[in-house]
Amino acid sequence: MGNKQKYLTYPYIVWMFIFILLPVALVFLYSITEKESNTIKTISFTLENYRLFFDPLYIGVILRSLYLALISTLFCLILGYPVAYFISKASPSYRNTILMLFILPMWMNMLLRTYAWMTILGNNGLINTFISWMGLPKLNLLYNNAAIIIGMVYNFLPFMVLPIYTSLSKMDKRIIEASYDLGADSKTTFRKVILPLSMPGVISGIIMVFMPAVSSFVIPRLLGGNKQAYIGTLIEKLFLVTGNWNFGSAIAIIMMLIILVSMSVMNKFDIDKEGSANLW
Amino acid sequence: MKKNVLLIITILMVLIILGGCSPQQSEKVVLNIFNYGEYIDTDLIDEFESKFDVSINYEIYPTPEDMYTKVKSGATSYDLIISSDYMIERLINEGMVQEINYDNIPNYQYIDDNFKKQPYDSEGKYTVPYFWGTLGVIYNTEIVEGTPDSWDLLWDEKYAGQILMMDSQRDSLGAALKKLGYSLNTVNPDELEEAKQLLIQQKPMVMAYVVDEVRDMMIGDEAAIALLWSGEAVAAMGENEKLNYYVPVEGSNIWVDAMFIPSDAKNKEVAEKFINFLCEKENTLRNIDYVWYSTVHTEAIKEVEEFLFDNPGFNPSQETINNTEMFRDLGTNINLYDKVWTEVLSD
Amino acid sequence: MVKKNIHRIYMFLVFIFLYAPIAVLVIYSFNDSTSRGNWGGFTFKWYIELFQDRDIKSALYYTVLVAFFAASISTIIGTLSAIGLYNLKKGPRAIFMNLNYLPVVNPDIVTGLSLMILYLSVNMKLGFLSMLLSHITFDIPYVILAVLPKLKSMNKHLAEAALDLGATPSYALRKVIIPEIMPGIITGFLIAFTLSIDDFVISFFTTGSGVTNLSIVIYSMARRGVKPTINALSTLMLLAVLILLFLINKKSSLTNRDNKFDGGY
Repeated sequence: MGNKQKYLTYPYIVWMFIFILLPVALVFLYSITEKESNTIKTISFTLENYRLFFDPLYIGVILRSLYLALISTLFCLILGYPVAYFISKASPSYRNTILMLFILPMWMNMLLRTYAWMTILGNNGLINTFISWMGLPKLNLLYNNAAIIIGMVYNFLPFMVLPIYTSLSKMDKRIIEASYDLGADSKTTFRKVILPLSMPGVISGIIMVFMPAVSSFVIPRLLGGNKQAYIGTLIEKLFLVTGNWNFGSAIAIIMMLIILVSMSVMNKFDIDKEGSANLW
Repeated sequence: MKKNVLLIITILMVLIILGGCSPQQSEKVVLNIFNYGEYIDTDLIDEFESKFDVSINYEIYPTPEDMYTKVKSGATSYDLIISSDYMIERLINEGMVQEINYDNIPNYQYIDDNFKKQPYDSEGKYTVPYFWGTLGVIYNTEIVEGTPDSWDLLWDEKYAGQILMMDSQRDSLGAALKKLGYSLNTVNPDELEEAKQLLIQQKPMVMAYVVDEVRDMMIGDEAAIALLWSGEAVAAMGENEKLNYYVPVEGSNIWVDAMFIPSDAKNKEVAEKFINFLCEKENTLRNIDYVWYSTVHTEAIKEVEEFLFDNPGFNPSQETINNTEMFRDLGTNINLYDKVWTEVLSD
Repeated sequence: MVKKNIHRIYMFLVFIFLYAPIAVLVIYSFNDSTSRGNWGGFTFKWYIELFQDRDIKSALYYTVLVAFFAASISTIIGTLSAIGLYNLKKGPRAIFMNLNYLPVVNPDIVTGLSLMILYLSVNMKLGFLSMLLSHITFDIPYVILAVLPKLKSMNKHLAEAALDLGATPSYALRKVIIPEIMPGIITGFLIAFTLSIDDFVISFFTTGSGVTNLSIVIYSMARRGVKPTINALSTLMLLAVLILLFLINKKSSLTNRDNKFDGGY
């Protein structure tokens, strides 16, 4: 059966070639050419853009971005897994409603949602108004890493919850019953049966949160007060403000490579899990 | 489950079909306009459409850089663009702007000579000024003592943690350069290095580097002092009486937003008609009432409401204007500013 | 029982986290001042202005239209390729997945500009179609990521059993595989729709001819302050979806047929 279904990927392979590969090839071309050679006749190749990146300044920027994205992904996972689990345990007639309620906030514009967070976290914001009403000293909640992480977790949480929920829903209940029958308690069942089975969902969720989080720029800009440069803000500025598409492209390519390598490491892990899941 | 999905899809389809009935194409002349968001009283667009039997495609953009990138690509040909001085200069230098036939714009006579033939269009061939303003400091009079008049306020230790700077490399570096007494168009690396040190020294006192949010932050008393453009300052002062604005005595930046016709425009004459329409006194007044930026119209300024006329942000003294400098397009030298600003933010 | 309550409290807290900013957004739609920093009293005027605002209405129309078509088309292409992908050998599959990740990894500005150049190089007029194609492109990878976990946790022998029992491959696909991975398809559609509604950068650079979406309008308003009309619009959208949900929920709890569907196999 398997081989016959390969043809199902063909439309997307064509699509990918036109809308993904060609543009990325273009970005790569920009990254290895000089700025002033934007016509084909005078094109001149250079690795200068890549050399330029290996300045502690830019290395720091990318490490900081990876770090923040990692922390945000972790929080999304810790916060999101139980949510997905509880939704999958809810009575079937409510499940889809809960799911919709979960994604509905994301249909409001991101800029407005982020502004709303500024209203909540600000010096005279809702939380601080409450705190000072209680007679306690005000807190500095806005414009720090914690605010960025709150913003990221808020924006990406549904992208963690949905795939995990998907793999948890419709899980064969007999497997879980079998586990109990064989004498496992609920903790063991969760650790040995449910968690491994939901692993593909967890991996998808991590990818859907981590990757866009690395390059996001609205949240660090608004909630972090831009006190530090991040890779997303840097690339955006290079393309628009500075007009240095070549250096911007080089950074984008380097970022792509770093993330893809780390993802393929994770996918190895995924395939192993899948192997064990196949035992069933 | 399947039924629910079908239901949702059907409802969406109905909504789409209903919505589809509204915007329709017609045989009329189509004028493509590209402008900042919220930068025109849109009723004027409707009026122009019905008065001259023209259909207007009105598109908006957030920053001059967004506009430049899109226009430069040749993606869509616009007939009229409204943007800022340095960006217009760049487009003129790149041959992407065409000369205006001022005979078609009789109302050009009402434009203040102060704003004609500015550095971005030194011969006065390509543009018609729209609104203008300054870069200055807005502060909360309940927190800041005395009547400050210098850039020093942004570096005052007393207000550490309550100062907002702009995440706009030209503006924030411009403030530092002016404080040091240099030109805000300098390409001298030593002067930029000094400005960088000044900004790094200021950084621990800065609450945040923001752009669009300064206005709301100042209105909501979230910060005490901020670097801000005059137009936004006037709007903020209208919402919160405790706020005050000044252009520092060391000199500052003056900016002009102007209308121009790109070289690939298809309806040049209609675009000129539209420019003329906007330069009518009544229409300028309506625009001022909507936008609250300083006007270039010599007749309209006489009739603006008193609170605007008396506001130093809206209507600064000639002395203040003489002490200002316009941003110039720096070409590839912008990379110097870029590096310095990234270093400030990464410190 | 205690455990059940812990579940409830946890979900309640998460929903507070999710809806706190939304509540703020709704409250400010009744603010008489244009600024977030100032409460100017209660008013309905933004709701009235909303219905007179030509730009917002047309932007809303294109937003919903693009989001709906982009999500539908990418769900179809994405689901089919996920099924095909699942049957590829390890090597090709790894390559396919890595390519699939590219639009997810790439900053929006890079995707947006490179797509813009692509359209221009084939002399395509920017407008509704170019925007739709771009949205489909950044939606598909997420649909695949949403569908794949369900395929992986699906019983592999299920489809084989169907074939053994005489079903044609396309029949097996329609009657066995698709229903089995339906939760993944639905979440894929929802994610695609959400991403599409919220996109600014890619839309801005791939649209033209007077076609704008809500995000472009909102981001362009940012400098002069986002008008509370947008909050009013968001409030109405929220309300519309909530009413829809309520109706569907009422209907399905009446028929209660979902129970039969989700009872496992």
